Amino acid sequence: MPDTPQPDTAVVEPAPAAEELVIEESLVEEVSIDGMCGVY
Amino acid sequence: MATTAVAFDPSRAWRKARSVALRPEPFGALVYHFGNRKLSFLKSKPLVAVVEALADHPDAVATLVACGVPESQWPAYERALADLARSQMIEERTPVPPTTRRLAAGPCTEAENA
Amino acid sequence: MTTVERPVGGRLIDQFEYGLDAPICLTWELTYACNLACVHCLSSSGRRDPRELSTAEAEAVIDELQRMQVFYVNVGGGEPTVRPDFWHLLDYAVGHDVGVKFSTNGIKLDKARARQLAATDYVDVQISLDGATAQVNDRVRGAGSFATATRALENLAEAGMKDFKVSVVVTRENAGQLDDFKALTDRYGAQLRITRLRPSGRGADVWDQLHPTQQQQRELYQWLLAHGDGVLTGDSFFHLSAFGEALPGLNLCGAGRVVCLIDPVGDVYACPFAIHENFLAGNVRDEGGFQRVWRSSELFADLRSPQTGGACTQCGHFDACRGGCMAAKFFTGLPLDGPDPECVQGYGEAALAARDGSAVPPRSPLDHSHTRPVRGQPTLLGMPALPPAKICDESPLSGLELR
Repeated sequence: MPDTPQPDTAVVEPAPAAEELVIEESLVEEVSIDGMCGVY
Repeated sequence: MATTAVAFDPSRAWRKARSVALRPEPFGALVYHFGNRKLSFLKSKPLVAVVEALADHPDAVATLVACGVPESQWPAYERALADLARSQMIEERTPVPPTTRRLAAGPCTEAENA
Repeated sequence: MTTVERPVGGRLIDQFEYGLDAPICLTWELTYACNLACVHCLSSSGRRDPRELSTAEAEAVIDELQRMQVFYVNVGGGEPTVRPDFWHLLDYAVGHDVGVKFSTNGIKLDKARARQLAATDYVDVQISLDGATAQVNDRVRGAGSFATATRALENLAEAGMKDFKVSVVVTRENAGQLDDFKALTDRYGAQLRITRLRPSGRGADVWDQLHPTQQQQRELYQWLLAHGDGVLTGDSFFHLSAFGEALPGLNLCGAGRVVCLIDPVGDVYACPFAIHENFLAGNVRDEGGFQRVWRSSELFADLRSPQTGGACTQCGHFDACRGGCMAAKFFTGLPLDGPDPECVQGYGEAALAARDGSAVPPRSPLDHSHTRPVRGQPTLLGMPALPPAKICDESPLSGLELR
């Protein structure tokens, strides 16, 4: 089991895990197909 | 924002959307919708099994049962399915009339192998 | 294959160091041939390489991508449409469950092709443009290139094409035209995509002159926050996240982790902006093909392991920018475990100044640039411009040197 809960929401906000959120981790993460560097 | 996605009702019949490609990965799966170009990351193998099995069961709850998801986890799974419905990764299918007959599709075996 | 323990759950990016079974998307440069000679070309394109993959070899790559269930591939070059088998390969990919987005300067997109594309599912088109006016654009892409691009946009719009894009590389010269770019794309019903200039390929020669100033970067960042809805960036400005609020996207380098490049001769690089032997993972012609390279190459295993941020880890913004762009650092001669040359906190400028003055930044010996001026030569570097090919020239390849 991961020992630090990740502050995840269903729509990914890429801000780092600086703060812990109360909500439970979601089983789905939405990612932007355009939002990954290395494609032109 | 206007959307054609339907709010998630677990007592209705669902299936993986037809415009969607689902690719298993070691951690779960990546799901890509060719129509709305959204990409989702499914974080657990059992969830992937549920998504794949939705079409074989009369409603989402029956799918969770068949896949052996513990009831304590149902809220998390229903939240996940709601997210997928919102991004149109899963869609409703024509409701199957209720029947007391045992379904041909048995327990969801992918979950056992997860 | 490996029994390494992956974390369960967490964010997608946490999974990257353990590898993905296939890239999420990848870039495939089909040819180094090009009718243009843009000053900043990341692939130093112009002349066809005689070792280019054959049609059969390209089909074999597509077969592999299908087996690996790659969702879609970004096809570029050079100018991919100058390959005689381009339209065949497009159909082949779509017919084998691989979506295609291709990047083009528009040279071949006449009305008939536009209608054909509008009727084809799973194909996206991206037209390259680096100025909202011919005056700004053609300095970098060559006389007549703005006209060629906008003609293609007209044809696509008229044919009822959906979701086509205009892709802009942000430079010092066009950074003030962002609103104009938005207006232009709105006019054609296209989506605007802006991406970062890297000092890659011929870009290394003009980077000092063309890369945005710090002030322009700040304005760009503000503009994205205010108007970025509906404007794509390919996550290429994640280094700007160190200004404050993170921009949408994964906000980290995708090289070898979620993306990679297949070049015209089948070489697999970590990223299209890193065409250099240091980032060469293998070749699709090798035993095991592309899949073996993606899953087992040493380079990619290296990139998928946790990266050292070096001095950058001391910076409070490191989590937001992750040290910036690997290719930008490499081709400006900066260490990979240090700041990005365009670090918004200014550490990059300091690092550039601290470089050994006698050291030459890395440069790949691979250069497919035209060896003579072409029609419509860009004027940024002060070279005389030959007149562009006339509209009535029969061959749209006028001025194109092959081999």
